[in-house]
Amino acid sequence: MRNNGHNAARDENFQAGHPSGEMNIASVSKAYGVGPLRQPVLEDCSFTIESGKLTVLIGPSGCGKTTLIDILAGYEKADSGIVTIDGQPVKGPGRDRLVVFQETALFPWMTTFENVIYGPMVRKEMSRKDLESRAISLLEKVGLVDFKDKYPTQLSGGMQRRAELIRAMINNPKVMIMDEPFRGLDAMTRELMQEYYVRLFEENRATNLFVTSEIEEAIFLADQLLVMSYRPAKIREVIEIELPRPREFHMLTSKEYLNYKKEALEILHEEAMKAFASGSNVAAVDFLEAYSERQAASGQEGRDSFD
Amino acid sequence: MVTQKNTLSGWISLRKARKAVLSKTTYRGITAIIIFFICWEVSSRLNFPVVGQIPPPSSVFSAMRKIIGSPDFWGSWLVSFKRVFAGFIVAQIIGIPLGLLMGINRVFRDLTFPAIEILRPIPPLAWVPAAVIFWPTAEMSITFVTFLGAFFTVVLNIIGGAKSIDVRYIRAAHSLGSRRRDIFLRIVLPATLPSMFVGMAVGMGITWEVVVAAEMIASRSGLGFLTWQAYVAGNYPVIVIGMISIGIAGFLSSTLLRVIGRRVTPWLKVI
Repeated sequence: MRNNGHNAARDENFQAGHPSGEMNIASVSKAYGVGPLRQPVLEDCSFTIESGKLTVLIGPSGCGKTTLIDILAGYEKADSGIVTIDGQPVKGPGRDRLVVFQETALFPWMTTFENVIYGPMVRKEMSRKDLESRAISLLEKVGLVDFKDKYPTQLSGGMQRRAELIRAMINNPKVMIMDEPFRGLDAMTRELMQEYYVRLFEENRATNLFVTSEIEEAIFLADQLLVMSYRPAKIREVIEIELPRPREFHMLTSKEYLNYKKEALEILHEEAMKAFASGSNVAAVDFLEAYSERQAASGQEGRDSFD
Repeated sequence: MVTQKNTLSGWISLRKARKAVLSKTTYRGITAIIIFFICWEVSSRLNFPVVGQIPPPSSVFSAMRKIIGSPDFWGSWLVSFKRVFAGFIVAQIIGIPLGLLMGINRVFRDLTFPAIEILRPIPPLAWVPAAVIFWPTAEMSITFVTFLGAFFTVVLNIIGGAKSIDVRYIRAAHSLGSRRRDIFLRIVLPATLPSMFVGMAVGMGITWEVVVAAEMIASRSGLGFLTWQAYVAGNYPVIVIGMISIGIAGFLSSTLLRVIGRRVTPWLKVI
């Protein structure tokens, strides 16, 4: 319900295919647990996802990236701080910010094609014919047109990721949020996916936030690289990546690339050492986070399924 | 091009079907049934203790030849099937919406689940005396008891299915702009279908158990009564015929369910 309160002007914007979202994250903090068990996950986290740019967020694993994404997407509320999109505060999940998750969230009971058209179809904003031709052209772009009538379980991991990518893209969201979308794919597929993804981005120039823990992937994709610190996480460093576009894999051997990599690695190494040093703390924090997520999930059941 | 492709895929599916029918599993199954009948015949002829008391297949078959043309025999089938399906369908009509509502609405679940949990452990057959008293006709009381057999299983399975829907799907659907209606019809309902059909399959089995017992206790028709009457009359081959009939009837019912289940959940049979 709350997602549907978009005004006409914004709709026109979507239809015209010029998503121009800019997200601003201002001193966002989030902690799990209470009292002495309270563990801050995010603390005073501030950055901007610039319009029409591919911003990559990289940080040591377990540093709270997923928590940050849940807040940006509107699934979780920050304890303090403000998230705005084009000046409007984010209140809940909305289709102006679509998230592509780590694990596939394709609906298993729908074919690839039905999955891709789902968003525009339930919102009834395109004629069936336009929608179909748009879906087909997107499916062609990611090489899935022959698989449009297959169910997700019949697709390989890489295909599922691509299907999910275009299921989000077809909605022309103001901001696309990619939560380690290529994690768990084998190296070859991953490289292929990066190429598909970077081409799609370069064609559309929509605002993208891409979260990863892979440094090569991060620099290859990014216009702007945000390096996160270990818990409580904040933005340690903003690195502008000025490699030319379109990006090609041979750039991964260029001198500029290596310099960026060195710079980012030094910071990441420092943060990883901190994570390592905190040792036993990690397990406790992870437990707390998992526990409070479970609590939140069970508390929401009723609402989640029907709101 | 298109026709060529169609005949090709038609040929492939025909080959698949033949492969499925003429598979090794099928041959083994047929062999198993033949061996079973041979053991039965032999043990009956040699008058083995206990099992030797059962009439041998040869006398069952000759009794079958007499009975198979009789309208009363098929009438018993029809009556039992009617009872099973009446009870079963009513259980679905009430159970599916109730289960879904309980699955998606926490308040409603908290208010209704305890009552269901108190009634559920009562075996359906324990309801027979009460049902006979409270329902105006014997037919209605038997249908009611059959209904109970399927009802609780269906409700419980649907609640389980609806509760265990992955939150990722709900989140994704929300983000893509679904309204409540869409979430229900396009996410919750299809996601619950598999467990709904598991519940139905189990419920169908219970329904046949219940209807047969209820017919023996409280009715003068149906396959259960046929079997009981044969026992009272000392007509042993007919007892066996009644038992086999019940077995086949149950098998047919669950096959029908399985076929429907596969139709409505096409994504499960793939890979």
